Amino acid sequence: MNLWTDPIGVIAGWLGGLLAAWSVPAWLAGFALQLIGVVVLVSLMMIIDILLVWVERKVVARFQDRLGPNRVGPFGLIQPFADIVKLLIKEDITPNGADRVVYNLAPILSLMSVLLLWAIVPIAPKIFGVDLNVGALYIIAAGAIGTLSIIMAGWASNNKYALIGAFRQVAVLVSFEVPMIATMLVPTVLAGSMGMNAIVQAQNVWYVFTSPLAALIFIVAAIAELGRAPFDLNEAESEIVAGFHIEYTGMKFGLFYAGELLHAFTFGGFWAILFFGGYRLFGLERLGPLVAAAILMAKALFGYWVIMWVRYTVMRVRIDHMLALNWKFLTPLAFAVLLLTAILHTLLRGTSAAVYGACMLFANLALGAIALEIVRDFTKRQRTRTDGAAAAAATAAGR
Amino acid sequence: MVAAQVIFLAVGLIVLGSAVMVVTTRSLIHAALWLVVTLFGVAALYAILNAGFLAIVQVVIYIGAIAILFIFAVMLTRKDLRDRGAQQNPGWWLGAVVAVLSFAGLLTVMRGWEGFSAVPANTPAGFDAVAALGNALVQPDAFVLPFEVASLLLLAALVGAVYIAFTRK
Amino acid sequence: MIPLSWFLVLSAALFSIGLFGVLSRRNGVAILLGVELMLNAVNINLVAFWRYGDSIAMVGQVFAIIVFAVAAAEVAVGLALVISVYRQRNTVIANDLDMLKW
Repeated sequence: MNLWTDPIGVIAGWLGGLLAAWSVPAWLAGFALQLIGVVVLVSLMMIIDILLVWVERKVVARFQDRLGPNRVGPFGLIQPFADIVKLLIKEDITPNGADRVVYNLAPILSLMSVLLLWAIVPIAPKIFGVDLNVGALYIIAAGAIGTLSIIMAGWASNNKYALIGAFRQVAVLVSFEVPMIATMLVPTVLAGSMGMNAIVQAQNVWYVFTSPLAALIFIVAAIAELGRAPFDLNEAESEIVAGFHIEYTGMKFGLFYAGELLHAFTFGGFWAILFFGGYRLFGLERLGPLVAAAILMAKALFGYWVIMWVRYTVMRVRIDHMLALNWKFLTPLAFAVLLLTAILHTLLRGTSAAVYGACMLFANLALGAIALEIVRDFTKRQRTRTDGAAAAAATAAGR
Repeated sequence: MVAAQVIFLAVGLIVLGSAVMVVTTRSLIHAALWLVVTLFGVAALYAILNAGFLAIVQVVIYIGAIAILFIFAVMLTRKDLRDRGAQQNPGWWLGAVVAVLSFAGLLTVMRGWEGFSAVPANTPAGFDAVAALGNALVQPDAFVLPFEVASLLLLAALVGAVYIAFTRK
Repeated sequence: MIPLSWFLVLSAALFSIGLFGVLSRRNGVAILLGVELMLNAVNINLVAFWRYGDSIAMVGQVFAIIVFAVAAAEVAVGLALVISVYRQRNTVIANDLDMLKW
């Protein structure tokens, strides 16, 4: 047990010995070690958050065929720090008639709900916050806190447009939780456990190859949960200016913004854990926990890049189309995928890995093709109906 | 005082304190938010009782859905954004008397029961509560029938709620 | 160790506070908040008895999950009724809803 194979154990052992030498009681020493672990994890995540600001702006610039920030420091790397200084020195305005406690609590809860998610992420085989055996449900629970913070922000701003923005955003969030839970249950069924560690350990074949439809629905629902385009009716500037965070200035808005970026990175990480094998890469993770952590971060960055790619490519969806997409397409499809996966997993239990993988993949692709055919048929019928009505109206007007 | 007892006392204080705020505060939105605090405290109590799955389900269902439903209902049923006037009935002291009497009655009945001061048995090692719960909910000789009836009840409530609150354009 | 009596006293207190809320509040939604407190107290009771009794049989937890489902259904229908009443009568004060038909 040296520093390379088990860094957390070695450091914790050394600190524990130090505390015992200062004759600190055992329970206090244990509590202090856990507190230090929490502080280290949160600080690491916030540092990654700062870098994500830079990553976001550079990537969006490349998507839009320009350079992005390149003046402040080499390759614009100091840009996030300039942003932070700008946000900190802005005037801190509280709107008249706003409910002070709720108004100030909302951005804190929003960032808190994202940081809570990192407690169950398995960064390496031995580096994780806590090995909850109900990890998949914990993700939804942390999302519930985020939803609450949005309502609090919208209501406490004493602004009708903030309230309307919050209502719309929460309607979308609560709606898209359903297909997200259903597709998160697919890796649960395949791995036999809801815990993130167990799901990563069980992925000898990545679940994106066993169940690509579930991965696709999960990322769509996750993008809606994040409140990013094409589901970003919060930043629909032409409609409601800035939604529930209209009245937030300075660092409070900074907390919302940083929380949103970190939330996107976190869901990139969960997409990697649930469907892309987490920290596993053909056995490379056995080289050491830092290699495993680097693999997970690379996969999380890939997921984050996919989310950004979708954001800067697809147009915003109207709210009623968004909800119709969820309830009439994504939710039935997600439950169909879950049903199919559960049935096939039970039927194919004894067969070899190749047969199992091929059957699952084929079933997923077949289900996706059937769903697309149904949607295509439906839109064709709708188009002939409206074209027929338009043609009838044109002939009636021309007559 | 063991650490577990200190934690229980702290959580119990949070639960009862925020429950009192729920039923006495003047602003209804604050009452709904204090209810969220109470529900978090109850989830912590479930975790103390080694029912971790129930703790997280409590957060997901109660805070993630029911509390949000309450906040929406409060916002949709008021004429202006600020509450005015008294929030208690004219006969609220009678309600307080009834509540105190019921608490005293419950305590008296419970004291007479000999299992009142039981201490918890240790769970056997390797007991997977989540797997056991899942088995109990789907096995034919366990509780699959109440489970399915509960899902039918939720379907009926869904249809009923949509029909009642639907506005015809 | 925490004796069972602490949990039972806590849930009895929570139940009484919920009862006070139901009996003393004017607003219909606030009455439903009190009902939620009572349901939570019942759930604490059930889970405590599961833990301190036979914790291998999952009866207590199953009962608590059914109570979750019933509470969710009741809140949904109750709040739908309150919203519908507000649309008709423009009030949710329980005292003012005293006529069966206009």
